[in-house]
Amino acid sequence: MATVSKRLVLHFPKRLTNEPIVYKLVKDFDLEFNILKASVTPGEEGLLVMELAGEQRSYDKGVKYLTETGVKIQSLSQDVVWNESRCTHCGACITLCPTGAFSVEPKTRKVTFDNNKCVVCELCVKACPPRAMELYF
Amino acid sequence: MAKTIAEINEKIKKGQAVVVTAEEIIDIAKKKGISQAANEVDVVTTGTFGPMCSSGAYFNVGHTKPRIKLGGGKVYLNDVPAYTGVAAVDVFLGATALPDDDPKNRIYPGEFRYGGGHVIEELVAGKDVRLVATEDVRLVATAYGTDCYPRRKLETLISIKDMNEAVLFNMRNAYQNYNVAVNLSDRIIYTYMGVLKPKLGNANYSTSGQLSPLFNDPYYKTIGIGTKIFLGGGIGYVAWQGTQHNPSVLRGDNGVPRRGAGTLAVIGDLKQMKPEWLVGTSFLGYGCTLTVGIGVPIPVLSEEILRYTLVTDAEIFAPVVDYAEAYPQRKPDILTEISYAELKSGTIKVQGQEVPTASLSSYPGAVEIAGILKEWIKKGEFLLTEPVAPLPGVESGIVFKPLEERPIP
Repeated sequence: MATVSKRLVLHFPKRLTNEPIVYKLVKDFDLEFNILKASVTPGEEGLLVMELAGEQRSYDKGVKYLTETGVKIQSLSQDVVWNESRCTHCGACITLCPTGAFSVEPKTRKVTFDNNKCVVCELCVKACPPRAMELYF
Repeated sequence: MAKTIAEINEKIKKGQAVVVTAEEIIDIAKKKGISQAANEVDVVTTGTFGPMCSSGAYFNVGHTKPRIKLGGGKVYLNDVPAYTGVAAVDVFLGATALPDDDPKNRIYPGEFRYGGGHVIEELVAGKDVRLVATEDVRLVATAYGTDCYPRRKLETLISIKDMNEAVLFNMRNAYQNYNVAVNLSDRIIYTYMGVLKPKLGNANYSTSGQLSPLFNDPYYKTIGIGTKIFLGGGIGYVAWQGTQHNPSVLRGDNGVPRRGAGTLAVIGDLKQMKPEWLVGTSFLGYGCTLTVGIGVPIPVLSEEILRYTLVTDAEIFAPVVDYAEAYPQRKPDILTEISYAELKSGTIKVQGQEVPTASLSSYPGAVEIAGILKEWIKKGEFLLTEPVAPLPGVESGIVFKPLEERPIP
């Protein structure tokens, strides 16, 4: 049985912010989770960025459950985009990224951005001097 | 064998000049020896591409009908205020100028998305727009009105082509060495050296090291007033020493300053520059500025001058300074000195702690600039100039003074 591991951005509407949704993903669907970022605005929307892993069938069921309860799901990799034409390759982002999504090619010292490592913490978006990191919702 | 600039220019005109970058010359001299390299190589090109706040541009926007005296009035370019305390339709726009309604750091840390540097980039961009705006900039002005300049209000679109003159004039660029910034405090700080994480969480530096113009001519033996340079993708000149030019700092045995030292004031026609090399830049919690590309050719007039261009990152040292306390309080404390080779390795050791490093100056940009300048010279498109006066050197006895405040009676 194939297993999957995906990083998702979950938007919880106000009515769901008190529900034990992640608990159910573990208990009812046997999925593993790793919370990368979470924020709940009191009385408003909840945002959860997490890695969800498990068997493909369970994963699909889990995602179906989330959708049915009213959670909006976005794939994570599309959220922070590197606008390479605006990047000056200074490297200011390198040490700020908590997951090491940026790296410097040792010889040319050019910066690269690995979308797969990005957890959309958004630290780079405002800290990039030429503002080459763009946030898409 | 000593050469003169005139002799080198003859070779450039014939397409015979041997031109290499300040990176390439290091290996060439290793292979051939200093004497042969000095004979064979005519020009070494340097480059730097980093945020340089003391940058700006002045414009003559042309006379309206009826005339308006912007001088002494107020002028905004895309809402960014320009200086008007000069003649009727001349204005100066500084790279760090911000719109009056920018929240600045009232919402901390301020984002500083758009300022003078961005306006300059957009003006230069013309049709090759890299930001969201159009090639036209909105000029909004108010004036007080005189008998000969009766008009009081002006609102118009304007592009760089409409202006009589658009001149980049940077008072201080190309700093010869710079601090490595760290944060010893227990809170994140937002500085002109970038976002600094608490407790030595990161270290930011900002020069192009072995490619940097003034590291390759540490005593200003060839770079002087009138030196023709690569500026913002076009041609410019060294206009003067830059502000805070301080040749008297501590130097290593190789002559390279171990602290921030010499600086250049540069000037050039903005109309022939390129937006790739003049990039509006924002520092979170600090402000706006302009990232400027500069490349300076060094004529290899003698073995001595060649020897200076052989400097490597391992032989250039920068001071590590705490930007939470020492820098803002103007304390002279330096935590340690670190070579650019160590800085480029990705981590340095400060107070026994491994600290990850990042650069604010673009090394790939510097490499590209040195390469472009090399090609211009090789093709015979760019001749060298003889400086008309030297920059003040170590012998000038210049003292970099702080402002000692005195009470106003």
